Amino acid sequence: MTPTHFNLVAFGAALTCAITFPAAALTIELPPDSARLKTAPGSDVAAAQCGTCHSFDYVSMQPAGKPLAFWKAEVEKMKKVYGAPIPDDQIEPIAQYLAHSYGDAK
Amino acid sequence: MMGPDESRYGFRHRRHILRALGAGALLGARLPSALAADTYTLPIGNGERLLAQYPQKRPLIVLTARPPQLETPFEVFDEGVVTPNDAFFVRYHLAGIPTNIDVDSYRISVKGKVATPLTLSVADLKKMDAIEYYAVNQCSGNSRGFFEPRVAGGQLANGAMGNAKWRGVPLKAVLAKAGLQEGARQVQFDGLDGPVLPTTPDFAKALDVDHAMDGEVMIAYAMNDADLPMLNGYPVRLIVPGWFGTYWVKHLNEITVLDTVLNNFWMATAYRIPDNACACVPPGTAPARTVPINHFDVRSFVTNVRDGATVSAGKPLALRGIAFDGGYGIRDVEVSADGGKTWTSAALGRDLGKYAFRQWQMTATLPAGMHEIKVRAVNVIGQSQPDQPLWNPAGYMRNVVETTHVRAA
Repeated sequence: MTPTHFNLVAFGAALTCAITFPAAALTIELPPDSARLKTAPGSDVAAAQCGTCHSFDYVSMQPAGKPLAFWKAEVEKMKKVYGAPIPDDQIEPIAQYLAHSYGDAK
Repeated sequence: MMGPDESRYGFRHRRHILRALGAGALLGARLPSALAADTYTLPIGNGERLLAQYPQKRPLIVLTARPPQLETPFEVFDEGVVTPNDAFFVRYHLAGIPTNIDVDSYRISVKGKVATPLTLSVADLKKMDAIEYYAVNQCSGNSRGFFEPRVAGGQLANGAMGNAKWRGVPLKAVLAKAGLQEGARQVQFDGLDGPVLPTTPDFAKALDVDHAMDGEVMIAYAMNDADLPMLNGYPVRLIVPGWFGTYWVKHLNEITVLDTVLNNFWMATAYRIPDNACACVPPGTAPARTVPINHFDVRSFVTNVRDGATVSAGKPLALRGIAFDGGYGIRDVEVSADGGKTWTSAALGRDLGKYAFRQWQMTATLPAGMHEIKVRAVNVIGQSQPDQPLWNPAGYMRNVVETTHVRAA
């Protein structure tokens, strides 16, 4: 089910619950997402593109010392497999940023 | 004796301990490096993580915040053979996750190649005959952080697993109520969690009809005699005992019978393992053919002594731990205190069923010096664990014989 559909269901459920069944709803509040990318040339572009779908700890937890090819493959996977709308001309700069800040590129 | 400060395993900076010591004690204490937030260092490279408290959870190791992915601190597995709900690991794929669910209006649709499409409430499920069993859930990528060479993905140590008592209805009973049409091949499962962007493939998984109809696959509404925590799939999730967690769809709300094999990203591209007996390839290479990941391999762990610990020399050392497999049941757990030269069978604990953790215990007396304690389990059909780690590109199914290094003094 899509999030949109769910939101409608949740909205409907919230209305129902407010009126008739206050005890039946379970609501949680997630802690804030505090992870930030390292500041370096390219970090703004990377933050804007990567941060749409996931927190930046996805980046920082990856194994240290991986080469540019590793990071480029990840960025390309996000576009091709997960449908991230990353412009083609931003793939290389983002990969370069990630490889310099989190990998072995110097 | 071993202590957290001496261990190389899972060093935990405990803010609440500092609090418990009081302000006076704090002045003279050597402070952990991170006071702003609790942290936990996994025994893998780049293994420093936040330790944070999420709703309905005790402080757990944060793999990622959005979507939430939480690893269970390994010490929990020594607390008991059943993993408490508030310590159970959390794994989502996509950040569109539900945070508000009204159980009265929640519905599970059963559709596709069925005689009678159904719309079921949780109350409807609770009116049906219930089944209950203990089963381990384990993430496919549990222990990925130990792979060498390292691979991309969630960098987990050994804490993306847990053993709980599940209660619900057999999927078979629900499908029988709907009636399978001739030619039904697979059953697809979808939950409320979904992608942020419409271009991202929604998370859905499928099982072959024979598996779905085996009478054991469960739609669970209770976990350890309580409601499922939201982050573990409230109000209902699929339980596929013996199989990796990727099939245990959370917030289950759509069951679709297919006359085809589900060909989405999550079945056809992701969660694939090499199509051979070891699910492995030479490190750094790609498999020629793959199949969807399926049942667990055999694993066993020491839970009460950490890697790198110091223990008393010449005195009986109590060792205990857990073992499990993909559903045949554990027949034997063997422990070596001399690096694998000699092995002794451990005493097995109470049998909670073939899908559960099986506790084991034994005693070893170690002379002064460095020692390697190894543990390996054998299941009912004779499957065991490899002496050397196996490798595959996605970092799935690690089950090497674990080694705990200790110094006896």
